Amino acid sequence: MAFITANWNPLGEAFYRKIELYEMGWSLRDGLKECLVAAAPYGGPIALLRQPQRPSSSARPQLEIYSSSGANMASFPWKSGPVRQLGWTVCDDLLCIQEDGTVLIYDLFGAFKRHFSMGNEVVQNQVLEAKVFHSPYGTGVAIVTGASRFTLATNIDDLKLRRLPEVPGLQGAPSCWVVLTQDRQTKVLLANGVDLYILDNTSCTPVTPPGLSPQACSIVNMAVSFSYKYLALFTDSGHLWMGSANLKDKLSEVDTKVRTPPKQMVWCRRPKSQQPSVVIMWDRLLLVAGECTDTIQYTLDEESVCVAELDGVRIIGGSRHELLQEVPSACQDIFKIASMAPGALLLEAHKEYEKSSQKADEYLREIKEQSVLGEAVRQCVEAAGYEHEPETQKTLLRAASFGKCFLSNYPPEPFVSMCRDLKVLNSVREYTVGIPLTHTQYKQMTVQVLIDRLVYRKLYPLAIEICRYLKTPEYQGVSRVLKHWACCKVQQKEEPDESIAHAVSVKLGEAAGISYSEIAARAYECGRTELAIKLLEFEPRSGEQVPLLLKMKRSQLALSKAIESGDTDLVYTVVTYLKNEMNRGDFFMTLRNQPVALSLYRQFCKHQEQDTLKDLFNQDDDHQELGNFYVKASYKEKKLEARLSLLQSAVDEYNKAKNEFAAKATEEEKKLLRFQRRLDEEKGEALLGLSLQETLHALLTSNFHKQAEQLYRDFRVPDKRYWWLKLTALAEKDDWEEMEKFAKSKKSPIGYLVCCLYNLYTMLFIQLAT
Amino acid sequence: MSAHLSNGRVNLNILREAARKELREFLDKCAGSKAIVWDEYLTGPFGLIAQYSLLKEHEVEKMFTLKGGRLPAADVKNIIFFVRPRLELMDIIAENISEKNGRPPQMHSPRDFHILFVPRRSMLCEQRLKEQGVLGSFINIDEYILDLIPYDGDLLSMESEGAFRECYLESDQTSLYHTAKGLMTLQALYGTIPQIFGKGECARHVANMMLRMKREFAGSQTQILPVFDSLLLLDRNIDLLTPLATQLTYEGLIDEVYGITNGYAKLPPEKFAAQKKQGEVGKDLPTEPKKMQLNSAEELYAEIRDKNFNAIGAALSKKAKIISAAFEERHNAKTVGEIKQFVSQLPHMQAARSSLANHTSIAELIKDITTSEAFFDNLTVEQEFMTGVDTDKVNTYIEDSIAQKDPLIKILRLVCMQSVCNNGLKQKILDYYKREILQTYGYEHMLTLNNLEKTGLLKPQTSTRNNYPTIRKTLKLWMEDANEQNPNDISYVYSGYAPLSIRLTQVLARPGWRSIEEVLKMLPGPHFEERQQLPAGLHKKRQQGENRTTLVFFLGGVTYAEVAALRFLSQMEDGGTEYIIATTKLINGTSWIKSLMDRPEAP
Repeated sequence: MAFITANWNPLGEAFYRKIELYEMGWSLRDGLKECLVAAAPYGGPIALLRQPQRPSSSARPQLEIYSSSGANMASFPWKSGPVRQLGWTVCDDLLCIQEDGTVLIYDLFGAFKRHFSMGNEVVQNQVLEAKVFHSPYGTGVAIVTGASRFTLATNIDDLKLRRLPEVPGLQGAPSCWVVLTQDRQTKVLLANGVDLYILDNTSCTPVTPPGLSPQACSIVNMAVSFSYKYLALFTDSGHLWMGSANLKDKLSEVDTKVRTPPKQMVWCRRPKSQQPSVVIMWDRLLLVAGECTDTIQYTLDEESVCVAELDGVRIIGGSRHELLQEVPSACQDIFKIASMAPGALLLEAHKEYEKSSQKADEYLREIKEQSVLGEAVRQCVEAAGYEHEPETQKTLLRAASFGKCFLSNYPPEPFVSMCRDLKVLNSVREYTVGIPLTHTQYKQMTVQVLIDRLVYRKLYPLAIEICRYLKTPEYQGVSRVLKHWACCKVQQKEEPDESIAHAVSVKLGEAAGISYSEIAARAYECGRTELAIKLLEFEPRSGEQVPLLLKMKRSQLALSKAIESGDTDLVYTVVTYLKNEMNRGDFFMTLRNQPVALSLYRQFCKHQEQDTLKDLFNQDDDHQELGNFYVKASYKEKKLEARLSLLQSAVDEYNKAKNEFAAKATEEEKKLLRFQRRLDEEKGEALLGLSLQETLHALLTSNFHKQAEQLYRDFRVPDKRYWWLKLTALAEKDDWEEMEKFAKSKKSPIGYLVCCLYNLYTMLFIQLAT
Repeated sequence: MSAHLSNGRVNLNILREAARKELREFLDKCAGSKAIVWDEYLTGPFGLIAQYSLLKEHEVEKMFTLKGGRLPAADVKNIIFFVRPRLELMDIIAENISEKNGRPPQMHSPRDFHILFVPRRSMLCEQRLKEQGVLGSFINIDEYILDLIPYDGDLLSMESEGAFRECYLESDQTSLYHTAKGLMTLQALYGTIPQIFGKGECARHVANMMLRMKREFAGSQTQILPVFDSLLLLDRNIDLLTPLATQLTYEGLIDEVYGITNGYAKLPPEKFAAQKKQGEVGKDLPTEPKKMQLNSAEELYAEIRDKNFNAIGAALSKKAKIISAAFEERHNAKTVGEIKQFVSQLPHMQAARSSLANHTSIAELIKDITTSEAFFDNLTVEQEFMTGVDTDKVNTYIEDSIAQKDPLIKILRLVCMQSVCNNGLKQKILDYYKREILQTYGYEHMLTLNNLEKTGLLKPQTSTRNNYPTIRKTLKLWMEDANEQNPNDISYVYSGYAPLSIRLTQVLARPGWRSIEEVLKMLPGPHFEERQQLPAGLHKKRQQGENRTTLVFFLGGVTYAEVAALRFLSQMEDGGTEYIIATTKLINGTSWIKSLMDRPEAP
């Protein structure tokens, strides 16, 4: 298999290889010359802004969007202002940063989505340079203005502009700069001549990279690695300095012997790299520099652009798309010439086995004697993941599978999942799809995100196939894809509502966890209210339907859906909405037809709007509740007259409700209150608010026997209770004379009295004793 | 701390752990030091989930009670409000954080505000915050779904005080929605419950919501082998009688006399003072009530709590003998090994001894009450009502109690009980009682009486036919020969009266409700059975003799005595069913009636 190593170049201990990903499908007359190019990482799309051939006022630049394989996805003349920079967001949206600081956002297919501005002061000073960067917080934009001021937006979806402090002595744009994310903070590192500064929210700090060669007068280019951990500086003396991004350690310094400022410089690393290395591009030269003094040099025959990836660098040219990366150690072990690594032996053994040669056995024996067969299988599986050519993948996997046969308890998962991953990867690398993901990138970005990317590209069938193949849980996989499909479908303006609703329901059918309300919301956004309502009917979660129905002003329907969901908060929400939207009469009528909502609204009013509560009862002719309402109100009233009048209203209502008892009891209450007031005024007692029983007790203990008698008769207090009360009261104040009088005045409640007296005497006895 | 939750048939600690995990995740979302502002109502229920130590581990440095005015000073980065979604609370929060409210500028470093809604966030409340102009001040608005809280190894409670009042008096079904959501959470952790039974309007409503939610979440359900075989939803209003009766189990009586809130009882301190320091008795009697946590984590308590109080004396003395015998063992310990073994058991024995001392004190306190004449008279009347003696006349004991102005709740309990046992009172008798109550305790109680009538606890007799005796006979609600020491029937928990709710549960398990169709029709609300499809492969294959597990959910509250009765059924050798109990709130007659009272503020 000598040909596999044919494109390997040694650099120090490691090898680098450049493999062709695609022959570009686009036909660009002048290659990438005179183009503003932006290519998204993780094999994302490519955007070109082509300047017109002859600069004239009438000719407009052309904006074109391609897949990584060069398939055209969109192309339209640029009609807005001059563009400084293009960039891609993590959601495959295109950012076009204009000279005046406006950022326009387009989707993959060139449809305008929205725009925002990088600040007012930019309009005057203009954007000199701009960069789009990615961090855990999302996609960000950084600009430097004509006034040499930097402005940052860390996340364009949650736009918060941050104007960074001034850089001392900086005129115009810095010689070079990068955006860093460190300690959860986004900073700018910039060079002005040979001076380096770190700019953060509050300060501008000068820094010096340790061990930078003294010949340098100016730093002309810099690059930060994919992980923001490493930094490379290129000086006008042709030296390349590599170190950590916090500028604490130096890794190496290489003299490239080229003094022209490079066009582009990017890190070329992979997780578990053997050495740090940087790819530097000039007009005709591509150079890889690492720790040693040697470099690898490639000549470039066309205008190209480098795209940094997690595990290498993609080089996009007018006709070719290539991947340059350090050869992973598993591949090195297996394919390096004369390698005796277990994997290499296993591959050899399998080759012999296929030729039916007994040498297979010899090789196997050798591996088994060193008991490294497990390791051999692992190497082959891993290496398969790093290979781009399906044929090579297959060879390695077959070897691994062959080796596995001789192992008794080798866990099957790594092998099986690698086969699956590769199948998925090969299908998206396919020319027509054009996402040249490596296995490392795929693992980093996760299946979820890959599915999203396919969905953005409207590759629904492929996305669904992959979900099914990987057995992704339905609501994360197939359902999600279908939802996107439906959202896209409802935007097809030419199709009638009926047929779209039908198509959507047929395709989505019983798919689990579909959110029809989201689809409906999209339809509504496109101005298709009728379609939205039709779609909402498919939504099984009634709760989900409510907010959209409200938005579409279908409040009655929203109310019944809210009630159906059982979620009282939702019902409240709709009710409050209705209250503001309708006139009072209609509102009450609506509630009347919805008892659940009505009783909830009553609860609400009870705590918040007492008067409305009364109106509600009035409307329903609920006299009993109105009576209760007045009674309750009377207790909140401080003035007695007002209280009495409220109680009178209560009496009236109770009478209307034919609640004789309540009416009478309330009358009695009024009577008692009046009596208490009179006595309070006349005799200076404090009776008001006491119950009848307490009033009687107070009267008896204060020797108002006549008044007590009167109350007893007026309120028809049962004899038994009254006697008991009187006896207790009299006994309490040791009024034995009065008690005797009382006992004689009544006919003969003797049996009862004796019992009472007995109790009282004993009580008295105890009192005396103590 | 929570070991007692995992000892039961179903490991309820999973639920607690899930709740704790969610709490930790929320706290970590607010990076830096924090202060929590509590809706006071929530502190009790939260105590069952997480202690202060957990909060402290996540940088909670200060805690305040939510009240109007300005926030107390606290030098923390985050202020988190833990609140129920109530509008009046939103107004307080707005007042707390409003800039206008004279917060001295530059006094604090800028603070981040967060809200955690328990148990659910509410659009209505967020709207209110928006109207108050403070919604934008909150970095995080989140919900903490705390529906069913593990209360003990076999007991879940939503700790929702007002559930009965809301459902049956105010037709506010919010708590039922939370119940359904809680049951969905439970099913997510313990698997789909294949069979749902129920009786009552609310039960029907909850079951409907559950079935709907299941449809809504189709596809996202987890593949878990079902732990519960069936769910029984019971409305409290099908059995209004039971909570009115005085509970006679040990735990029930502690609740009746001292009240148990969120698993804690506050006891008079005098009895507990002496044992603490033997030297200085009486010197400094503690005045603060003694707060005791009561759950199955305490071995002795788990053993005796469900016994009839009359069997407690014997149980305690038996235990005392065992413990002192265990201590005597030390004389028999001869070899070093034996002594070592004895010493290793010492902490356990000492804990047992102090637990015994505590419960002996509690039992003495309660005994003072149960042996009083008043208690006896009250109980006699209750039992007369339950057996149907003279329920259609004005009861002299009630009359006398009113004349002596005994606590109103006691009166209401008795009157309601008479009404329930007589299927309503004759208008004349009802009016008489009402009048007596109004004249003695004040006319303002008319609203309370009205509430009791609305919920059916008090009612005028409409038909001449009283079907309570039929129900009593069919369901054997009264057992003459209740054995309090070695019970053979659930009626021991009320010394003769078998709680109706539990009889229904018992009959459902065997021989099934079909045998009592007639009685079921007499009780309010529909009865029903629903089945939930299980994903293929999750059908449980029952071993020979393996018990079924049933979750019984009491909508509107359950008493400790009822819980005891269900535990008794679980333990019956030939029972065949083990019960896990869930409820909106643990109640007793007093707390229940109290929740239905309307107390208009005096001028």
